[in-house]
Amino acid sequence: MARRDTGQRSPEQQRLPPGGTRALWRAVGYLRSYRLATGGALVSLVLMSVANLAAPMLIRVAIDDGIGRRQLVAILAAVIGLVVVAVFRGSFAFLQSYLAERASQGVAYDLRNALFGRIQRLSFSYYDQVETGQLLTRLTNDVEQIRQFTGRGIIQMIAAVVMLAGSVGLLLYLNWRLALVSMLIIPPIFVALMYFVRRVGPMFREIQQSLSHLNTILQEDIQGVRVIRSFVREDYEMRRYSEQNEDLLEKNKTVIGMFSNNFPLVFFFANLGTLLVVWYGGYEITQRTLTIGELVAFNSYLAFLLQPVFTLGFLASSISRAGACSVRVFEIIDAPLEIHDRPGARELPAITGRVEFEDVHFRYPGSEREILRGVSFVAEPGQTVAILGSIGSGKSSLVNLIPRFYDVTGGRVLVDGHDVRDVTLASLRRQIGIVLPDALLFSGTVRDNIRYGRLDATQEEIEAAARAAQAEEFILKLPEGYDTVVGERGVGLSGGQRQRIAIARALLIDPRLLILDDSMSAVDAHTEALLQEALDKLMRSARHTAFVIAQRISTVRNADLILIIDDGQVAASGTHEELLETSELYNEIYNSQLLPDDARIAAGDGV
Amino acid sequence: MGRPMWHLANQSDERAQDRGKTARRLIGELRPYKRTMLVVLLLVVVSSVMQAIGPWLVGLAIDQHIMRGDLPGLARTMILLFFVYVVGSLATRAQSRRIGFAGQEILASFRSRIFERFQHLPLRYFDSRPAGDLISRVVNDVDTINQLLSQGLTQLLGAMFSLVVILATMLVLNLRLALVSFTIIPVMLLTTSFFSARARRAFRRTRETVSNVTANLQEEIVGVRQAQAFNRTEENIARFRERNAANRDANIQAVGITSAFWPTIDVLSTLATAIVIGYGGYLVFHDELTVGLLAAFLIYVQQFFRPIQLVSQVYTQIQSSMAGAERIYSILDEEPEPPDPPGTPTLSSVRGQVRFDHVTFEYKPGQTVLHDVSFTIEPGQTVALVGHTGAGKTTIANLIPRFYDVAEGAVLVDGHDVRSVTRPSLRKWIALVLQEPFLFGGTVADNIAYGREGATREEVEAAARAVNAHDFISKLPEGYDTNIGERGATLSQGQRQLISFARAVLADPRILILDEATANIDTRTELLIQRALGTLLEGRASLVIAHRLSTVRNADLILVMQNGRIVERGSHHELMERGGLYADLYNRQFRDAPARRRSPSTEAAPNPS
Ligand SMILES: Nc1ncnc2c1ncn2[C@@H]1O[C@H](COP(=O)(O)OP(=O)(O)OP(=O)(O)O)[C@@H](O)[C@H]1O
Ligand SMILES: Nc1ncnc2c1ncn2[C@@H]1O[C@H](COP(=O)(O)OP(=O)(O)OP(=O)(O)O)[C@@H](O)[C@H]1O
Ligand SMILES: [Mg+2]
Repeated sequence: MARRDTGQRSPEQQRLPPGGTRALWRAVGYLRSYRLATGGALVSLVLMSVANLAAPMLIRVAIDDGIGRRQLVAILAAVIGLVVVAVFRGSFAFLQSYLAERASQGVAYDLRNALFGRIQRLSFSYYDQVETGQLLTRLTNDVEQIRQFTGRGIIQMIAAVVMLAGSVGLLLYLNWRLALVSMLIIPPIFVALMYFVRRVGPMFREIQQSLSHLNTILQEDIQGVRVIRSFVREDYEMRRYSEQNEDLLEKNKTVIGMFSNNFPLVFFFANLGTLLVVWYGGYEITQRTLTIGELVAFNSYLAFLLQPVFTLGFLASSISRAGACSVRVFEIIDAPLEIHDRPGARELPAITGRVEFEDVHFRYPGSEREILRGVSFVAEPGQTVAILGSIGSGKSSLVNLIPRFYDVTGGRVLVDGHDVRDVTLASLRRQIGIVLPDALLFSGTVRDNIRYGRLDATQEEIEAAARAAQAEEFILKLPEGYDTVVGERGVGLSGGQRQRIAIARALLIDPRLLILDDSMSAVDAHTEALLQEALDKLMRSARHTAFVIAQRISTVRNADLILIIDDGQVAASGTHEELLETSELYNEIYNSQLLPDDARIAAGDGV
Repeated sequence: MGRPMWHLANQSDERAQDRGKTARRLIGELRPYKRTMLVVLLLVVVSSVMQAIGPWLVGLAIDQHIMRGDLPGLARTMILLFFVYVVGSLATRAQSRRIGFAGQEILASFRSRIFERFQHLPLRYFDSRPAGDLISRVVNDVDTINQLLSQGLTQLLGAMFSLVVILATMLVLNLRLALVSFTIIPVMLLTTSFFSARARRAFRRTRETVSNVTANLQEEIVGVRQAQAFNRTEENIARFRERNAANRDANIQAVGITSAFWPTIDVLSTLATAIVIGYGGYLVFHDELTVGLLAAFLIYVQQFFRPIQLVSQVYTQIQSSMAGAERIYSILDEEPEPPDPPGTPTLSSVRGQVRFDHVTFEYKPGQTVLHDVSFTIEPGQTVALVGHTGAGKTTIANLIPRFYDVAEGAVLVDGHDVRSVTRPSLRKWIALVLQEPFLFGGTVADNIAYGREGATREEVEAAARAVNAHDFISKLPEGYDTNIGERGATLSQGQRQLISFARAVLADPRILILDEATANIDTRTELLIQRALGTLLEGRASLVIAHRLSTVRNADLILVMQNGRIVERGSHHELMERGGLYADLYNRQFRDAPARRRSPSTEAAPNPS
C-alpha cells in the first residue's frame, strides 16, 4: 500500500493547511441558504428547552403545594400543566427535528452538487493524478459526516450553549449556593472534552484517508479482475486489502478507545453534580434554608445543566470528524481548474476546420519533460491528416491540444485563426468530435451511448451515424438492437464493436473537426476499409477536417497530409508518395508492415 | 430511475419476509464474540443496576437522612453513592470498549469477506454489474451496519436492560403505583406500530434514491474525460442534481415521520408522569407513600421512557442496517466459481500444448458465440487468430485460462481438460495480454512485477527490455519507480500496452496469449519486440490475436474466424493462395496500397472495391 502513498497524497495535502476549523466554518456557511429552516430549528429547540424547564417547576408545585400541603387542586393543575407543556414541547421537538433535517439535507445537497460540478469540470491533468476511490468517498461518506454535523450538530451546539447559559442563570436564581456547588463539575468536564477533541480529530482524518485507500483497492480489483485471475494473484490482493482493512480496524479501535475513555468520565463528573447537590442541599435543609421541594426541583434542573454538557461532549467528536471531512471536501471544490474560459472569451463561430499549430511546445502539468518540442503544421479545411509515430512520441498529446484538454506551454494552437485559449470551451468542443483511445462506454443502452454528445438526435440520425461507423450490422444482431443494455465499459461487446460505437458517438455530433485517436486498432481490415470510405464521404466531401492517429499504413496512406512525429517533433510530413520518396523513417515504418516480397514491390514502386 | 413502481413494491414484499432471516443472520455475526457479549451483558447489568440504585439512594438520603437531619447518615449514603457512580462509569467504559471493538471487528470481517467473495465470483458476475454498484455496497452498506453496531447496539442493549431493571424496581417499590403508570404502555405500542409502518415505507424510498445517487457516480467520475470531450458536463450535472434532489426530498419526508414519532412518545411519557403524580399524590395523602419515594418514582418513570425513546431513534438505524445487511448477504450468498473439488489434481508441469476439441460456447444462454471450434497449438508453435471484429477471438482467449466454462466440447492443456485441474495451477502456466491493458495505480516496477510474485528488479528490467519498454521507462522522471497514476493515466496507450506485455513476459508462461497486444504499438517497435520474443518464447505455445496482419503472418498456423467459426486455416502462403477471407483482408491492408495512391487527386478518394 505504500506504493500509493508516495505520489498522490502529498500535493493535495500541501495545498490546504490542516485547517479543520476553517473548513468546518465554511461548511457551516452553507447553512446560510437555509436560514429560515436553520433559524426555525434553533428557535424550536430553544422553545422546546424552555418547555422542558417548565416541567420540573410544575412537578415542584405538585409536590410542595399539592402533596406537601395536601391540596388536590394544585396537584390537578400541575398534572394538566404537565400535559400541556408536553404537547407544546412535542410540537417544537417535531419542528426542530424536521427543520434541522431540511437544512442539513439542503447542505448535503449543495455540497454534493458543488463537488460533482467540480468533478465534472476539473481538467484532464487532474484526472491523471487522482484516484476515483478518493473522489467517491468524498462525495458519499465525507459529505454525509458533514451533513450530520451541520444538521443536528451545529443546531444542537448552539442550543446547548444557550441552554447552558439559561440553566446556569436559572440555577443561580433558584439557589445560588446550590448552583455554585453544582457548577464545580464543569471545569473538569471541559478539560476532559478538550483533551479528547484534540486527540480524536487527527485520528478521524486518518480514518477517512484509510477508508479511501481501501475503496481504491476495491475499485481497482473489481475493474482489474481479469488481470488478477490470470496471474493468480488473488491471495496477494487479499493480503493487500486485509492490510489496509487491518489498518482501518486499528484506527477505528483507537477512536473507540478514546470514546469509551471519555464519555464515562464525563458522565461520572456529571453524576457527581447530583451527589454534590444532594449532599450540600441536604445540609441546607437541615439548616432550614431549603425545602425538600426546592431540592427535588433543583435536582431536576441540574439535568438541564448536564444535558447540554453531554451534548457538547458528543458534539466534540463530530466536530472533529466533520472538520476532517470538510477539509477533504473543500480540497476538491477548491482544486484549481487548469483549463477554463479566460475572462472575455468569445464564442467560436462555426468553423471551416483549418487547424494550425505554431511552434507548439507542451509539457504535462507537474512534469519537466517537454513532450512536444516546436510542432508546426497547417491542416486545411477538408483535409484528412494522419499522424504516425512510435509509442510515446506525443501523438495523443498533440491532438489533445486541439479541443484544449490541456494548454500549450509554448506557441499557439489556432482553429480557423482563433487561438483555442481565446474562445469558450463549450463552443470549441461542440464542433469537435473526438474518439478517445479507451472507447469508454457507459452502462445504458447502445442508443444512449451513441447519442451521448447530442441528446436531441433522432432515431434516423443515430442510425445514420451507426451506419457510417460500420456499427449498424452488429447492433441489429444484438438481442434488442439499439435498446440492448451494455454494461459498464461496454462489457458484452468485443473490442472492435466498442470502438465503432465510440466512433458513431463522435460522428453523431456532426463535427467540423473529427479526431480519431487510434480508434481503429481493434477493427479488422475489411471493416476498416468500409469505415474509411464512409468517413471520406462524411468528412472530405463535406470539407470537414479529420485527424487520424494510427499505426497501420493502410489506415493512413490515403491521407492528404501525413505527419510523422518522432520524440515530440514533426520528423517529416507530406503525402504517402512524397514521404516514400523523402522520408527514410516513413519507409522504415512502411517496410516494417510488409512481407519481404511485398517490400521489394513497394520499394520498386516508390523510386 | 424510471423503474416501474410495481417492481419496487414486489421486491420489498419479498424482502419483508426475509427480514427476520437477515436479522437472525446479523445477530449470528455476534456468535464468535459470545464470550465478549456475555461479559458485555454482565457489564450492562452492572451499569444499569448502578443507574437504578442512584435515584434510590437519593430518595433514601432525602427520606432517611435529610428529613431527619441525620448528616453523618447523609455522608455515608453520599459516599456510597460516589462508589455507585464510580462502578457505573467503569462498567460503562469497559462495556462500550468491548462492544465497540467487537463491532469494528465484525465490520472488518464483513469487508474482507465481501472482498474475498469478489475474488472468487465467476467473471460473468462482473459482466453484468457496474463496478459502482458493487463498490457502493461495500462502502455504504457496511457503513449503515457500522452505525448500528457502533452506537445502536450498545444503546439498544443498555436500554433494554435499564428497562427491565427499572420495571422491576418500580414494581418492588410500589406495586400499585407501578401498575397504574404502566397503563400507558399499550397506547405506546399502538402508536409505535402506527409510525413504524409509515417510517418503513419512507425509508425504503430513501434507500432507492440514495442508491440512485451513488450507483452511477463511479462511472461518471471515470467518464469525465468523455463528458468534457462531448460537452456533456452541464447535462450530467443537471441529471445529478435531479437525483440528488430526489434523495434530499425523500430523506426529509422520512425524517418528517420519525420526527413526529418522538414527540408523540414524549407526550405519552409525560402523561405517565402526570398519572404518577396524580395517583402518587393521592397515595401520599393516604399515607401509603412517602414523598421521597414519590420523588424517586418520578425519576424512574422518566428513566423508564428514555430507553423507549431511544429505541425509537435507533429504529431508523435498524431499518437501514437491515437493508444494508440484506444487500451484503446477497453478495456473500452469490455462487462462487464452482470450487475445485478436493483432490483435484494440479497441473504440475506443462509442455505447452493447447487443444480446442469441438468447443461450443455461449456468454448468455441461447446466444452461441463459438460454434464447434477445434484446433491445436503444439508446444513451440505460434498460432494466430484473425477475423472480423466480434468473431469470437477474445472469447477463445478467455477459455484457455478458464475464465468461462465451455458449453460443449473441451479445452485441453497438455491433454488435460482445463476443468479437471485446479484453476491456480492452470493459470500459473498461462499469461495473457488483454485487449484493454489494465494497470494498477503504483509504480512501473510494481506493475511489471505483478506478473510474478517475488520478482527481482533485474528480472523486471529484463522483461521490460524484452518488449522494448526499457528505453521509455528509463526516460520517465523516476524510471521504474515512477508513479503511473490510476490505470496508468500518465502513460501513452502504447506504453501501457508494453507494460502489460512486460508483465506477461515476466510471468514466464508456457502458454502466452496476446490479444491485440501490439495494436497500439507502432510497427517498428513491434518488429523489435518480435525479434526479442523469438528467442524468449522458444518452446512455448503462443496464441496471437491481431488485426494488423503484419503481426501474424509469421505464425505457424493462422486461424481465420467468422461468426464464431473457424472458416480457414493454414500458413500465410497457403491462405494467400487459397484466395479466401484471409487473402481478402490481407489485400485490403497491403497489396492495393501502391495502386490506390496512384490517383493524384486528394479530394476524391478512389473506391477500394
Ligand atoms: N461478456 C460478454 N457477454 C456477452 N456477450 C459477449 C461478451 N463478450 C463478448 N460478447 C459477444 O461475443 C461476441 C464475440 O466477442 P469477442 O470479444 O470474442 O470478439 P473478437 O473476435 O475478439 O472481436 P474484436 O476483434 O472486436 O475484439 C461478440 O458478438 C460480443 O458481442
Ligand atoms: N497525463 C500525462 N502526464 C504526464 N505525462 C504523460 C501524460 N500522458 C502522456 N504522457 C507522456 O507523454 C509522452 C507522449 O505521450 P502520448 O500519449 O502523446 O504518446 P503517443 O504518441 O500518443 O503514444 P501511443 O502511440 O503509445 O499512444 C509519453 O512519454 C507519456 O509518458
Ligand atoms: Mg477482441
